Amino acid sequence: MSTLAEAPPPLAPPAEEKKPPRKRGRFTPYWLLLPGILWLIIFFALPMIYQASTSVQQGSLEQGYKVTWHFATYWDALSQYWPQFLRSVFYAAAATVLCLLLGYPLAYLIAFRAGRWRNLIMILVIAPFFTSFLIRTLAWKTILADNGPVVHALNSLHVLDLTNWLGWTAGDRVLATPLAVVCGLTYNFLPFMILPLYTSLERIDGRLHEAAGDLYARPWTTFRKVTFPLSMPGVVSGTLLTFIPAAGDYVNSELLGSTDTRMIGNVIQTQFLRILDYPTAAALSFILMAAILAMVTIYIRRSGTEDLV
Amino acid sequence: MPFVNWLKRHLVVIAGILTLAYLLLPNVIVTVFSFNKPKGRFNYEWQQFSLDAWKRPCGVADMCGSLSISLQIAVWATIGATILGTMIAFALVRYRFRARGAVNSLIFLPMAMPEVVMAASLLTLFLNMGAQLGFYTILIAHIMFCLSFVVTAVKARVMSMDPRLEEAARDLYAGPVQTFLRVTLPIAAPGIAAGALLSFALSFDDFIITNFNAGSTVTFPMFVWGSAQRGTPVQINVIGTAMFLVAVLFVLSSMLINNRRNNQKA
Repeated sequence: MSTLAEAPPPLAPPAEEKKPPRKRGRFTPYWLLLPGILWLIIFFALPMIYQASTSVQQGSLEQGYKVTWHFATYWDALSQYWPQFLRSVFYAAAATVLCLLLGYPLAYLIAFRAGRWRNLIMILVIAPFFTSFLIRTLAWKTILADNGPVVHALNSLHVLDLTNWLGWTAGDRVLATPLAVVCGLTYNFLPFMILPLYTSLERIDGRLHEAAGDLYARPWTTFRKVTFPLSMPGVVSGTLLTFIPAAGDYVNSELLGSTDTRMIGNVIQTQFLRILDYPTAAALSFILMAAILAMVTIYIRRSGTEDLV
Repeated sequence: MPFVNWLKRHLVVIAGILTLAYLLLPNVIVTVFSFNKPKGRFNYEWQQFSLDAWKRPCGVADMCGSLSISLQIAVWATIGATILGTMIAFALVRYRFRARGAVNSLIFLPMAMPEVVMAASLLTLFLNMGAQLGFYTILIAHIMFCLSFVVTAVKARVMSMDPRLEEAARDLYAGPVQTFLRVTLPIAAPGIAAGALLSFALSFDDFIITNFNAGSTVTFPMFVWGSAQRGTPVQINVIGTAMFLVAVLFVLSSMLINNRRNNQKA
């Protein structure tokens, strides 16, 4: 099996090292890189350093802040806001799993079954991007409204009883509950799952499916043993592209949730822009970054995929 | 059981179409509610059909102003990120040099970072520098996060390009500038266009980073955000619907042009 997965369509171009080094223009690459890399260093890397220094400062807005290597801020922030951290990870994970479950059939459909409809479906996946995501997220308020058809349907199917029992919804409403936030997160990041999945599915040689069929594999076995393993690069980059932004998002929980669904993004935003407690806010966003980098590293190691995005 | 068999055979298609419906449902709602005549400040419940908002799309104070600020920022951010990103992509694909690994991770990190972290760290930088928050800080931030996406898009295209085409051009006595303009650039163009389009969409739609670094400047996403608290005018739905239609028409027409070109070649 593993030989089959490794054999025909080269998933990643074998190695970049094949090309001979260019002799002419020894400095050309540096001139090409300079402006863009400087931009990233000044406005991406340097701010991270500033933030690190802010997180160990003490003082007040009126008297100014000083670096005092006050690492206790991290501990205080973590002990005060661990529920929001946990919630963010949990919501983002739920949304990622839902995106994978929903996105895979659609990506599969576009890659193998759509025929001449392929381009149209592709447009319909991408075009919503151009309507501001805030407007589309607000539309979920209408869809999930208390007296709306969705709540009625869920209620009459007794789904709400189940979700109430699980603590995902509260009473007769979906809005302002965890379910609404996860629904919004799933919706917002679904295209980020579908596109990488589609890219990696499309690269699969259709003859492999025929070969599996010739070897008496049933469709489900073919999928489990051939299609899915070959689409792993897409699964990995899709889950990362969904999980990371979802864990830091605060728009969905603000628009569709309540105070009980606040995620860590909401806390960072409030600390920075309303309470103006910069050290705590900086420490929180550093913890978030570290947590995500750690989770992503472990995940990439375990999935054994090196080429990303 | 013919029905069960039919269901089994088309399960993927049915599931895919349901997902597509989930993706498009909010757009349908946005379009339908652009013809609403709401009672009160919020446009979440259907009241009665009306063309008012379509007749006066700019009838709301400040909305079209914020739209024009967003458009300006998106255009400049696209130009900046596309130029800088294309240069980096060419350097990465075409040359061996030291620090390649470091450059690659510096490109990758902004895409792997939660937006709120980048937004907050940029704000600490601007506060420390004492910069005036507004149009230019937004523009700087947008170029920063669009850059990586342009590099990725252009890199993919240039990597799959056959180097023999350029060798052939040189064999035919084309100079370096001529080779670049007549051969390299046209082949890389779809990648560059994809990067530019992505930049435009990302910049135009960005809320989180903008919210942190905008000062008192109000972009369109920030106007929508504010309206979620104050009351949403129907005109927001009109703009949303129009953007969706423009995007579909744009992509459809570019596809038609492509098809025609391919047919001419054949």
